[in-house]
Amino acid sequence: MDIFFHTQTFIVVLALYAGTAVLSLFAFWQVRDGGRTANRVAHFGACLASLLLLAFSVGVFLDGEGKALSFASPFPGIYFAFRIDGLAAFFLGLIGGIAALASWFGVSYQKHFIGKYNLGFFGFFYNAFLLGMVLAVSANQALFFLFAWELMSLASYFLVIFDREDTRNIRAGFLYLLMTQLGTVFIACALFLAYKATGSFDFDVWRLVGLAALSPVWQGVLFGSVLIGFGTKAGIIPLHIWLPEAHPAAPSHVSALMSGVMIKTAIFMIIRFFFDFFPGAPLEWGLVILILGAISSLLGVLYALSEHDIKRLLAYHSVENIGIILLGVGAALVFAGYGLQDFFVFALVAALFHTANHAIFKSLLFMTSGVVVGVTGTRNMEAYGGLIRVLPYSAFFFLIGSMAISAFPPFNGFASEWLVFQSLFVGVAASSLVVKMTFLASIASLSFTGGLAMACFAKAFGITFLGRRRESVSVEHNTSKKEKMSWLVHLPMGVLAILTLALGIGAPFVVSFLVGIVASLVFGTGGETLVFPYLQFMGMSENFSSILPVHGTAVALVVFVAVIGASVGWLTRKRKVTLAPTWDCGMPLSPKMQITATSFSRSLVIIFRGILRPTKQSDVEYRDAETRYFTSVQSVKTDFFDVYRNYVFHPIAQAIGYFSDRVKKIQSGNVNVYMLYVFITLIVLLILTMQ
Amino acid sequence: MDILFFVIQIIAVPAISPLLIGVIRKIKALMQNRVGADVWQPYRDLRKLFQKDEIISNEASWVTRYFPYLIFAITVLLGAAVPLVTSVSPELVLGEWGVFSLAPLSDFIVIVYLFALATFLLVLIGMDQGSAFGGFGSSREMMVSALAEGGFFFALFTVSIATQTGSVMDMVSSGMTNVPLLTLLPLLIAFIGFFLVLLAENARFPFDNPATHLELTMIHEAMILDLSGKRLALMEWAAANKLMIFVALGANLFFPFGVSMTSGFGEEWTFAFPIFIVKVLIFALAIALIESLMAKFRIFRLPDVLFTSFILSVIAIGIYVGAYV
Repeated sequence: MDIFFHTQTFIVVLALYAGTAVLSLFAFWQVRDGGRTANRVAHFGACLASLLLLAFSVGVFLDGEGKALSFASPFPGIYFAFRIDGLAAFFLGLIGGIAALASWFGVSYQKHFIGKYNLGFFGFFYNAFLLGMVLAVSANQALFFLFAWELMSLASYFLVIFDREDTRNIRAGFLYLLMTQLGTVFIACALFLAYKATGSFDFDVWRLVGLAALSPVWQGVLFGSVLIGFGTKAGIIPLHIWLPEAHPAAPSHVSALMSGVMIKTAIFMIIRFFFDFFPGAPLEWGLVILILGAISSLLGVLYALSEHDIKRLLAYHSVENIGIILLGVGAALVFAGYGLQDFFVFALVAALFHTANHAIFKSLLFMTSGVVVGVTGTRNMEAYGGLIRVLPYSAFFFLIGSMAISAFPPFNGFASEWLVFQSLFVGVAASSLVVKMTFLASIASLSFTGGLAMACFAKAFGITFLGRRRESVSVEHNTSKKEKMSWLVHLPMGVLAILTLALGIGAPFVVSFLVGIVASLVFGTGGETLVFPYLQFMGMSENFSSILPVHGTAVALVVFVAVIGASVGWLTRKRKVTLAPTWDCGMPLSPKMQITATSFSRSLVIIFRGILRPTKQSDVEYRDAETRYFTSVQSVKTDFFDVYRNYVFHPIAQAIGYFSDRVKKIQSGNVNVYMLYVFITLIVLLILTMQ
Repeated sequence: MDILFFVIQIIAVPAISPLLIGVIRKIKALMQNRVGADVWQPYRDLRKLFQKDEIISNEASWVTRYFPYLIFAITVLLGAAVPLVTSVSPELVLGEWGVFSLAPLSDFIVIVYLFALATFLLVLIGMDQGSAFGGFGSSREMMVSALAEGGFFFALFTVSIATQTGSVMDMVSSGMTNVPLLTLLPLLIAFIGFFLVLLAENARFPFDNPATHLELTMIHEAMILDLSGKRLALMEWAAANKLMIFVALGANLFFPFGVSMTSGFGEEWTFAFPIFIVKVLIFALAIALIESLMAKFRIFRLPDVLFTSFILSVIAIGIYVGAYV
């Protein structure tokens, strides 16, 4: 056990990721079996490294001492500095845990790509992606962090476009690349502003010096850049447009990682910037984050409701859950501004708890939906139906995930949403009316989000798994065969399902653990030593964890269900059960005579038509063009008007195009003119440096 | 004695909820110049259903088989968690094993989300048989209860702010002692919001017609159309429990007079019990009157009612927060 406490273990993890990346390339070229070996090498290697990472982060907590190390690098201005404190170890543990399960699941999931694509490349980018995430969370130097961040972004771009025969995936990948680079511009801007304020790229120096050297306006620019830059990665509305495109395009276990873990690294950095590097941001930033969170959570779930592509639906739920996490972060920032330490810690704990919970149930949902897509060959929910008989295990796990994400007690989603609610309640008692109303609006948004998420997952589970089969699926997909229990597929799902329940029932323990992390982050001893004495904050945590109603609810629920089920079952044991067709009013039921995904949510879509802007195109062709009595083909196409593309991004793109056109005029193509430009620039620069 | 009181607290709601349904039906019958069945008829209906054999759709999965038990158990559980005659949570001292207390369930967020869970499971049952009716019933139920959740949450939240506690039991006990009379106005506004949610969540007029089968506008009955025998009995009973719980919440949270604050059948009980009966009867009368005097709304008018309920609660909180905190 001792070996997990050492910093060397961390180096071994990094080396394992890098080694697996290279090794899977070699395996693909050397072993000519269409990528079977490369697939195994890539996923088992990643799984091993991730397990070691998980053990390492557990070791950090057991040890109670943060780790820091740094190496020189051959590049100017950059050195490889790592700092693994409580917060970083928490996120590393999250990455390790989810990545281990996703990699395990990936072994069998990627099989259908064997012989089709180069799985060596997949293994390379998959491991590079994981390595990038690990580095981004543990980096302690700005330029090194930027490098890690880009590694993560670029590697995940290649994973998104992996299934490249579908041109939609290429387009989704390009959008993702564009948005993530846009985000990086703002991140770089924030990093350089921080450099300007502190004169160093070292995060430790940032913690010590702070932002005092910057004027309030520039501080505002810095925090704004942080929000936009990392908000793009996190998928805050209106910067979310890449998310519902890119997440479905990637293979399902990669979607699980992107949605469950990657977008959380942005939350991690937002927490770092606002609470660790430069604490004391004005309270208004907290309100801004609260409003962004409220909008993202409510709109995210509304867009999810209108989707009938199962993976896009899940992707929009990531937007929703990021919104819920931001509600916690925003509340924490407001409380910090008021100097209410206890509530501040409480709200941040709620946010972190929801981060972990979302990673768990969203990975579970993406994995099960991956199985569904694999069996049916389509992501369109309208083609599903009655899959519970074909996929009994996946259906069960999907139901668990649905209940957890809809925040039903006693699952983990409820525990963290309860905490977020409680921290928002505190804000209503604030003295300022603006703050009060912002918190009230956030509570309203969160309560509606809960109801709509429930509607959305009733639809997702009901349409996919219940009822009768709807369409004949293509011949290559055999849906008559019943799913068999497989270690490779169902073990990770089972572990995640148990975790949703365990983190729900065991919420008080998780909370006291998280209080330790947050407390050491906030009241820590500064940048010099990394000891995080979370045991001494346990006393404080007891006040928080004892009020959680989750544990008692779970116990009572189990007892009641058992007692009532057993007694009713025993009392009515003599009643016969006959199987008969569904009641059909005397008309044989065809597969089409049941509700579809679109019509299930149509009434809610119509109610929210002001926000969702549904569009409807009818088209009629007549047999007799003259008189127009007899129709031959009638079609209706429903869609949604994309507000963000049409009103936000399209105008920006047009403006850029317009200015590019203007700038083009100075480019005549004549070399002499270019020489003149160079000359003028040189003169101007010389004058500037002379001064 | 403790055990007896504990058991009574738990079985109270399922024991009297069919009676509430019977009373409402009787009042409606009298309003319509009919004699009507007597108030005990729902009990006979339940007994009859429990004695019957059962037909399950061959399209149905384990969702139909097991979820009725789960839904019924949730409503019984919530029945034990809300204040009826006494505002003391059921507790059972298990010696050295500690105390089995249902106090955590009285948290109002738990109540809202457990009801949501019951609705979620019911909606899945509606979709399980692949019937054309069930699916549309589910879709409508989801529409109504997704929108009702905001109003429900905020109505209870208003009381929670006024009494400074999250537990519905404590809301009652501190409502009688701490809350100044001035907060009566916001509480009354929130109550109107709550009452609208009560009608929506329990499939009552103007949202749904509890008396019809096979009407194309129906919501709740459509989902349980393919159930029979004991599973139908459990669902009907669960629906009755739900109505009883909502009535108890409305009667005791917003009008917390005369609720006993001690456990056991003490002196307070002799007053608290008749007062509770009177309050419930007033609610039954109100519901029956609404059902006799007005027509069902068109389905796309329902969101307006639900948003009204939500906004009423927001106004109530606004008044309270603006004026008192």
